[in-house]
Amino acid sequence: MNFMASKQPENSLLGPESDSQRTLYPYVTGTSVVALKYKDGILMAADMGGSYGSTLRYKSVERMKPIGKHSLLGASGEISDFQEILRYLDELILYDNMWDDGNSLGPKEVHNYLTRVMYNRRNKFNPLWNSLVLGGVKNGQKYLGTVSMIGVNFEDNHVATGFGNHLARPILRQEWHENLSFEDGVRLLEKCMRVLLYRDRSAVNKLQIAKITEDGVTISQPYSLKTYWEFSAFENPAQGAIGSW
Amino acid sequence: MDLEMNLNASHSMGTTIIGVTYNGGVVLGADSRTSTGMYVANRASDKITQLTDNVYVCRSGSAADSQIVSDYVRYFLHQHTIQLGQSATSKVAANLIRLLSYNNKNMLETGLIVGGWDKYEGGKIYAIPLGGTLIEQPFAIGGSGSSYLYGFFDQAWKEGMTKDEAEQFVVKAVSLAIARDGASGGVVRTVIINSEGVTRNFYPSDKLQLWHEELEPQNSLLDLLNSSSPEPMNI
Repeated sequence: MNFMASKQPENSLLGPESDSQRTLYPYVTGTSVVALKYKDGILMAADMGGSYGSTLRYKSVERMKPIGKHSLLGASGEISDFQEILRYLDELILYDNMWDDGNSLGPKEVHNYLTRVMYNRRNKFNPLWNSLVLGGVKNGQKYLGTVSMIGVNFEDNHVATGFGNHLARPILRQEWHENLSFEDGVRLLEKCMRVLLYRDRSAVNKLQIAKITEDGVTISQPYSLKTYWEFSAFENPAQGAIGSW
Repeated sequence: MDLEMNLNASHSMGTTIIGVTYNGGVVLGADSRTSTGMYVANRASDKITQLTDNVYVCRSGSAADSQIVSDYVRYFLHQHTIQLGQSATSKVAANLIRLLSYNNKNMLETGLIVGGWDKYEGGKIYAIPLGGTLIEQPFAIGGSGSSYLYGFFDQAWKEGMTKDEAEQFVVKAVSLAIARDGASGGVVRTVIINSEGVTRNFYPSDKLQLWHEELEPQNSLLDLLNSSSPEPMNI
């Protein structure tokens, strides 16, 4: 008779993986990323907020980073998982450089790598809780793709994550066109970001706009957008109906 | 992360609401954000609602519940005023709110701050949180944004402010809460009630002071790029 209780994992269906950490729900999160193709490459925008539930806890989080020579990655969702993804990509780029063969991973390849990582994690019920936007230019070819936490991935002329899908994409569908100038692209992104600022609870008024072209990546200094509140309907909304909202 | 907007979530005024007394009356303040889940359903709501000529209430929590409670109380107060032959007092208004909140405590989700002026007691503030407790205080704060203001009020509140000091204090407080509470935002509305009457004010976000890590708003990045020296962008 064996009186020693054997150490079983809590959920025996999981086998040896049951002790590993898993992100069940996110803690510090970033909100929408919006990106579009323009004449010379890709423009991407993201605010600098790291929310902790409903608290706007961190207001200088950089959610867009250059990857290698040809790509730019923007992320929404859990910031710690984004930081882990940056480590994976660091290693990927390092190994790519170590080949020293004159070749370098382009945005399409990086996007594919990310897709595999995200999808495989999803299959193990241990997702990286992010929605990613990957843009870049290589040999004159512009590329813009997205991957979600469950591995859904596609490329398009304009993409967005989170609330951006609901609020920004309709604007982009109307106003995007081939060969946008840099100025027009920036204005279009700012239009989207302003709507997100009005209507997304987790948005913060401090953003960066990044561009990637054949020449490389530049990420702007952080800045804030003007917002518009001086409508007569806003000044006294309950005038005709006291007690309403 | 909420991948879907829950458009069927109840309309909740995340909110920051404040009521303070000063040496001649009261100042009520609130933000203007009403959310449905994570979506901002109304960015310019009016959460400071009239009950009588001299008594107003700040509403927080469920938009529907707070509206219906204030509508009932306005109705009862109207009848009470007719019967009494003079203006209702803020104490009566607060107690009517309390009766509804207390007797329906299992069904309602609304926290209210009643503020008003009457000739018997001057300016008074009454807080009626969830559950229907009535508590008279020199100042009251409520709503999700108020969590960020307890320290501020503990340190900065003082008795006997002037009307302008009190209003600036309220605007500063709501603005600080808006900076940190995702459920609060938009414009700051204030209502000042004293023996002379009622004054409504409106402070849009861009007119408020900037706090830590907040930057001066710009029309566009293009303005920044055109105005500054070479190499403004950096990797």
